[in-house]
Parts: sequence; structure tokens; C-alpha cells
Amino acid sequence: MPSAVSELPEAQLRSLAADYRAAVAVKRRRTALGLAILLAAAVAAAWMGEVDLTKFAQNFWRFPSYFVAITPQLSLATLWHDLAEWMWGIKRWGGLLLDTLLIAYVGTLLGAVAGFTLCFLASANLVRSRTIVFIARRFLEFCRTVPEIVFALVFVLAFGLGPLPGVLAIAIHTTGALGKLFAEVVENIDQNPVEGVVASGGSWIEMVRYAVVPQVVSNFVSYALLRFEINVRGAAVMGFVGAGGIGQDLIEAVRKFYYSDVSAILVLIIITVMAIDYITEGVRRRLIGREASR
Amino acid sequence: MSDARRTLSFADEAAIAQRYPAQFKADWKQRAKLLGGIVIAAALFVYGLIRLDIPFDRMLGGGVRLVEFMALMLPPDPGSWEQAKLYLHAMGETLAIAFLGTLGGALLAFPVSFLAARNVVANRVLQLFTRRSLDTVRGVDTLIWALIWVGVVGLGPFAGILAVMCSDFGSFGKLFSEAFEAADDRPIEGVKSTGGSHLHCVRFGLLPQVIPILASQILYFFESNTRSATIIGIVGAGGIGLQLAEQIRVLEWQKVSFLIVLILIAVAVIDFVSSRLRFAIIGRRVVA
Repeated sequence: MPSAVSELPEAQLRSLAADYRAAVAVKRRRTALGLAILLAAAVAAAWMGEVDLTKFAQNFWRFPSYFVAITPQLSLATLWHDLAEWMWGIKRWGGLLLDTLLIAYVGTLLGAVAGFTLCFLASANLVRSRTIVFIARRFLEFCRTVPEIVFALVFVLAFGLGPLPGVLAIAIHTTGALGKLFAEVVENIDQNPVEGVVASGGSWIEMVRYAVVPQVVSNFVSYALLRFEINVRGAAVMGFVGAGGIGQDLIEAVRKFYYSDVSAILVLIIITVMAIDYITEGVRRRLIGREASR
Repeated sequence: MSDARRTLSFADEAAIAQRYPAQFKADWKQRAKLLGGIVIAAALFVYGLIRLDIPFDRMLGGGVRLVEFMALMLPPDPGSWEQAKLYLHAMGETLAIAFLGTLGGALLAFPVSFLAARNVVANRVLQLFTRRSLDTVRGVDTLIWALIWVGVVGLGPFAGILAVMCSDFGSFGKLFSEAFEAADDRPIEGVKSTGGSHLHCVRFGLLPQVIPILASQILYFFESNTRSATIIGIVGAGGIGLQLAEQIRVLEWQKVSFLIVLILIAVAVIDFVSSRLRFAIIGRRVVA
């Protein structure tokens, strides 16, 4: 078989091989440099972050032992009874979980409506005025960058304890996150319908309604559902700062070492989050599938 | 001028409607579906407001107080140079938490994600089990991980690093294995056809395809972790969140706004740097 491959003369081969080695060496050197920078950054961050491996080694056993401690004692003989005892607070926790879901839902809806309103102002292809686009974008950025739990802390002081600060905090954060994603969708639309509506004398609002919205609405819904998933997780910890939902009970159980309660609440949260993920994924797939088949 | 065009396009409406009946006929089925969806969404919204017992009477007073807070926030002021240095140090801690947490999570998730990828590991049971475990890890919020790790290694940024690592482990495991599954089969088959072992296939067929994608995902997570690392201080896991929560609780609004500005600047810088790096790695291509 080797006869099928034409052999180059020795001199030419040598120069080609040298070129190849040089190219590989450059690439290797670049990779090594990148790794060295990464390592240096990691060491600097470890120093900054007070990484203490001896403390870690000494205390690591606490990590698995914590999970052993929170594991409920279930025996097969009295399984039903044990489960009932483990989930003794299911009524209260179930209610709190429903609250958590509703906080996430109401917050997501408010935020999606606000983000929907603002995203058109933040799209450079629809708004002539650079100033309006700039202001809208900076506002969305602010809403997005300040973490929702910080908003919740401030709102708890302003509105008092309860779900209201949680809802508002999620709504504001969602406005920022969805507003940005929506604006990106709007900037990638087909401009022909926009020109068509403008050419036939449509106002700005009519242009948005008839030329832009039909193109983007299914994407918007899909993004909003994705955000709802994220917000369910966010709402579950809102209670840490007194902003309603299941988080309050969870942090209390952790702080007071009610081990079996910790695991019971965690399991309930995980099941809820997974169920919501599953449902929204199904809905999203149907939405996008319908769009693709059109 | 716009009005003139309008009259022009409306002048012959009836004739136009006759020429394009499909465009002008109302689609009642579609409309009923849309309306139904809106009604259900609105009903759920109202039920939520009622069940959560939203106190509308407190809205106005709260709003006024919020405006007062905002007035007190201006101008942002750390108090003293000493305080400012303390805050900068806390910001550095936050960046360290995000960086090491992301890196550690990625390193931990990398080997595990092979087990969760359908085209690498043939054993369905092992693959499904790994997937579900990763889902469970992902279902627990970073703040909850932080609470647990504070109990293990004590207060401080180290607990934060471990917490970010844990929650990223779940997310990366899922994303990486999805990237593996989306990879092109042909290079792998090529390696196999020249007599390469299974490991050769992974190393020379699969990895070169996915490494840039993984790198850009890691950078993207570093960006988003900079945001989430700002808050885990609230449960005592170090970083700027600790200072922020403290200053909010004692109503030092000028310091609060200084800290928020600091966070905004840091996040903007990290976003800029990492998106530059990301584009350098993968080119101007969008990564899901």
C-alpha cells in the first residue's frame, strides 16, 4: 500500500517537517502560556479567597456526615409510618411551596410585561433616538446586575416582611434579564414587514404590533418560561431574607439543626423544581416545534 | 405625510380585502386559543395576588419609603478610606469565589460528564443515573450549598468557593454532556476506522471538537457567577454580599449605594473581558 502514497524528495520533506514542527511548537507554547496564566490567577484567587486545604482536609468528613445526619431513618417494616413522620409538616410545607411557585409566577409575569414594554425601546432597529436606546439599555442592565436578593433585602425594609418584597424583587430582576433577551430577539427580526407597515402609513405602535410582535412572540414566551424555571429556584431562597416562600422554614431548620426537616424540605424543593423544569420544557418544545413546522 | 399614505392604503380597503381573503378573514380558532391562554394566565395571577395576601394598602407607604431610601443613597460614599479598602478587598474575595468556584466546578464536572453522555458511555443505566444525580445537585440553590459548606469549613470565602463549585458541578455536568452528544460522529468514526481504541476516539475524535465550546461555556458561567457570588455573603460565605447585607440592615444607604456601584463596575469589567476571550476562542458564533 505505501506505493500508493507519493513520496516527496528528502530535502522538500525536511523543510515541510520543520515548518510543521514550528507551527506545533507555537501552538504548544501558546497553550502553555495560557495554562500558566490560568494557574497564576488560580493561586492569586486561592490566596484572596482564603483557601485552606488543611482546614478542608480536617473538616471534610463533616460534609458527608451532614448528609448522613439529615437522611431520615426509614425502615422497610414501618415505611409508611416513617415517611409520615419525616414529612410531618407536609401540609405547611406544601402551602409554602405553592406560595413559592406563585411568587415566582407573579414576579415572572410582572417582569415579563415590563420587559416586553421596555425591550422595543432598547432595540436600535426600531428606535431612532440613540439616547432612548442608551437609557433603556442601562436601566435594564441595572435591573439585571443587582442580585434579586439585594432588592428583596431593601424591599423588606420598605414594605415589611412577607411575599410582596419577594414578588417585587423577582419582577425587577426579571425585567432586566428578559428585557435584554427580548431586545436581542427584536434586533434580529426580518425588517421587511416593518418597512411594509411604515410605508403604508402605520404609526410606531402599529408598526410594533403588526410587524414586530408576530415575529417574536413565540420566542418571547419560550424565554419567559425559561425565566420562570430560574425564578422558582430564586423564590425558594427568598425566605432567607424574610421575603416569603419556603426559604424561611428551610433556613430555620438549617440554623436550628432540625436535621430531618432540612432533608424533607430540600427533597420537596428538588421535586418541585424538577417537575416545573419538566413541564416548562414540554411546553417550550411544543411552542418551538409548532413554529418550526409552520 | 404619514396620513396621506394612510388614506391611500385605506381608500380601497374593500377591494383589497376581496383580493386577499385569507389575510382578512378572522381566524376565530386561533383567537379563542390566544384569549383562553391570556384568561388563564390572568386568573392565575389574580389567584396569586389573593393567596399571597399582597397588602395593597402598604404599597403606597412602601413606595414613598423606597424613594426616601433612594434619596439617602446619593451620593455613593464609602465613609472613609479604610472602609473603601475593606470593600475593595471584599470585592476581590467575590471575584476569587467566582473564579475558583467556576474552575473547580468545571474540573470536577469534566470527568463525570463523560459518564452522562450517551455517545461516550454505552451503559444506559449508568448514564441515566449520572444524569439524575447531576439534576439533583443542580436543583439545590447556590445559597443552600453555601449554608451547608459554612457548617463544614466555617464562615468565610472558602465556603463560598465550595458552594459555587458544587452548584456549578451540576450545571456543567449537564452542559458538557450535551455538548458531547451534539458532537459530530464522523471524526470519531475516522479514528475508529484507523484502529484507534475507545480512549483514542474520545481524545482525538471528540475532545478537539468540544473543547472550544466547553471553554466558552466556562467563561460564560464565570460571568454569571460573578453576579451570584455577590450574594452568597448573605449567609456568611464571604465576599461583598456580607458587607452589603450588613450595611442594608443598619440603614447606611450611602455605603449601600457605593457597594452597588462597585458591583456594577466589577460585573461590567468581567463581562467585557470574558466576552472578548469568548469571541477569541470560538469566533463570533453564538453558543447556546
